[in-house]
Amino acid sequence: MTKSILLVGVGGQGTILASKILTVGLMKAGFDIKMSEIHGMSQRGGSVSSHVRYGDRVHSPVIEEGGADILVAFEKMEGLRWMTHLKPSGKAIINDYQIDSMPILTGDFSYPKNVVQMIGEAVDTTVVDAAAQAELLGNSKVMNIILLGALVKRMELENIDWHQIIKENVKPKFYALNLKAFEVGIGMVCV
Amino acid sequence: MKMILTGNEAMARGAYEAGVHFAAAYPGTPSTEILENIAHYKDAIYAEWAPNEKVAMEAAIGASIAGGRALASMKHVGVNVAADPLFTFSYLGVNGGMVLITADEPGMHSSQNEQDNRNYARFAKIPMFEPANSQEAKDMLKQAFDLSEAYDTPVLYRVTTRVCHSKGIVMCEEPKEVPIKKYVKNNEKNSPVPMYSRLMRIRVEERLNKLAEWSENTALNYIVKNGSKIGVIASGGSFVFAEEVFGDQVDYLKLGFTYPLPLKMMADFAKGKDKIYVIEENDPLLEDAMKQMGIEVVGKSCFPYTGEMTPDVIRKSVYGKTLETIHIETEKAVPRPPTLCAGCPHRGFFYALGKRKNTMISGDIGCYGLAFAKPFSAMDLSVCMGASMSIGHGAQKIFNKASEASMRVVSVLGDSTFLHTGINSLMNVAYNQSNTINVILDNRITGMTGHQENPGTGFTLQGEPTKEADIEALVRALGIDKIVKIDPNDLNAVEAALDWAYDQHEPCVIITRYPCVLKTFSEADKAEFKGAFQSKCSIDEAACRGCRLCIKVGCPALSFDNNLKKAKIDATQCVGCEVCKQVCPFDAIDKEVKHD
Repeated sequence: MTKSILLVGVGGQGTILASKILTVGLMKAGFDIKMSEIHGMSQRGGSVSSHVRYGDRVHSPVIEEGGADILVAFEKMEGLRWMTHLKPSGKAIINDYQIDSMPILTGDFSYPKNVVQMIGEAVDTTVVDAAAQAELLGNSKVMNIILLGALVKRMELENIDWHQIIKENVKPKFYALNLKAFEVGIGMVCV
Repeated sequence: MKMILTGNEAMARGAYEAGVHFAAAYPGTPSTEILENIAHYKDAIYAEWAPNEKVAMEAAIGASIAGGRALASMKHVGVNVAADPLFTFSYLGVNGGMVLITADEPGMHSSQNEQDNRNYARFAKIPMFEPANSQEAKDMLKQAFDLSEAYDTPVLYRVTTRVCHSKGIVMCEEPKEVPIKKYVKNNEKNSPVPMYSRLMRIRVEERLNKLAEWSENTALNYIVKNGSKIGVIASGGSFVFAEEVFGDQVDYLKLGFTYPLPLKMMADFAKGKDKIYVIEENDPLLEDAMKQMGIEVVGKSCFPYTGEMTPDVIRKSVYGKTLETIHIETEKAVPRPPTLCAGCPHRGFFYALGKRKNTMISGDIGCYGLAFAKPFSAMDLSVCMGASMSIGHGAQKIFNKASEASMRVVSVLGDSTFLHTGINSLMNVAYNQSNTINVILDNRITGMTGHQENPGTGFTLQGEPTKEADIEALVRALGIDKIVKIDPNDLNAVEAALDWAYDQHEPCVIITRYPCVLKTFSEADKAEFKGAFQSKCSIDEAACRGCRLCIKVGCPALSFDNNLKKAKIDATQCVGCEVCKQVCPFDAIDKEVKHD
């Protein structure tokens, strides 16, 4: 049975690193994995997505509409944008964090109201405040690893040796910080 | 050894395992990381960025003729630039094996068109491979080099975005020791003057016949039997999408070698089938081949010509609906187009340029292409790499002739794009004297594709210091002496340069010089741009009157607090470029220098 995890956010938020660590962990746990991401133009502050799929044998690297088991939104409006990629039984992890896009900054649009509430009413949702937790850790950039921790807990995949995998994938001077961030993320979700 | 690799990483590994000696490319999404990863195999492979795709192709041709295994990689539109040498090299054939990787973009994630480069195989009369995933992307490259040498032909290796940028588990092997072949001067083989090329022409047709035989027998083309009366024919990335939708409910003909096609195999596959779906992105090449044999298949009458054949597209085409999903008003999500980064050195220039009246702004391919959008609205058009100055030239000639003499053309491109093919365009501006205003936005790197060195940066792909092309001297050498150089973050300097340029009656050039905010600084950058991006701006709330003028610089670090009626700056994004500070009429933006 193939499982699909969609990580969405804004270019620069670190979705690619989080999904990289995730795929390494899943491979070490013995799964076949496929992952798809889009590089290039969209990275310049645009909407980004990383598709991670795992199982006995995975064909498509892309998650289609209605195909995701879990959606992790690093930014809440991006969560709303990608929500129809979830299965009706799918679960959402929403970072209660807002980044205004350029049409909002220029005043042509307003940021949508009650995004978290809308999502919560539509699917089984876990809301996290990774930004506040990252601030407490002293580095806003580790929001991605906090969200990875929350995702791992939600998927009940804590048994994989994530500490080692994080160690292999971040710079040595950020290892301790990322480890703390990961544990904070794990602690934010009750299954 | 088991590794998780993107298709691009896998192709780099494949080049290493295949004993490639020489690799060249010009960066372009989704191909860029192929050469970036090949560059890591420093001891085995010499790898370089070329100024453009034609040069990359030609350098690889030279390496092949001299006896080395040679690879060139590029995005789909890059092959158009490289097509001239490709078509004739097909006649010459190889010495060391030569493979051209074309990375196509169905869906146009980061491209201006979605041309189907499978057409090039037929057009240039060369064999084509189409891997479907990372494992195949690595393995088939080794076969491509063997085939290239066995059949004396360059090989087209066609991948798409989803192959390049998708990851999968790859079993890696040890590299093969491939000796460099001996070079022997041979005009009959390598000098396509008519008396020889007529003979080459015949050899090319004979080669295609032999390759057609090979295609029928290679394990790269195979049938998956599931006992179904429904058949699916697919190649490349489309195959895994088809597998996702149909699972083991249909029989498959999976094609990994797609030119020449295994026509007998395709006809045999069709025997006894009630229905055959041909699933391919963009052009109906497989479908047409079946139809030419008089075999009825379901292709573009069912599946779209445009975009990717992702599972949802196949499902919708075949079953009329996609998977069931949840119901929520996704349309409430406001668009999030890519933007110029906070601190982007293009911002100040386009902020000023966008306000000029009676101006056509001729754009080019690069991050600055984003200037077409609000709030800049500072670009009228773009077509292809290096075209801004030549298109601008043609337009200006017509404006002048149509007694719209007040209409001025500003042609804009970046350093890497200028050195790619823009230099030829500017040569035309100088040679045929148009009074266009030509702007080279030198951000000291190839930005959009993720920071590749180029002939103007002073470093090679494999990190060696090298000679740095002097853009100003190049412009002067073309015959233009009206040149100003400015810091694009200094709005007064930008305005003064534009005023000066609009007053010229002959070709003129403005060169802006300031590094991309995301660039890793070299020692020379650190010395030249001391203190760059080391500070932050902040709003003095008491002084801010909420006029929103600063918002018009289109910086993602700047927003407007509708409750407080004040601008605010996101300190995590701001790097202190001061463009906003210069437009504030109330002196309400302060700058703090970081001390760490």
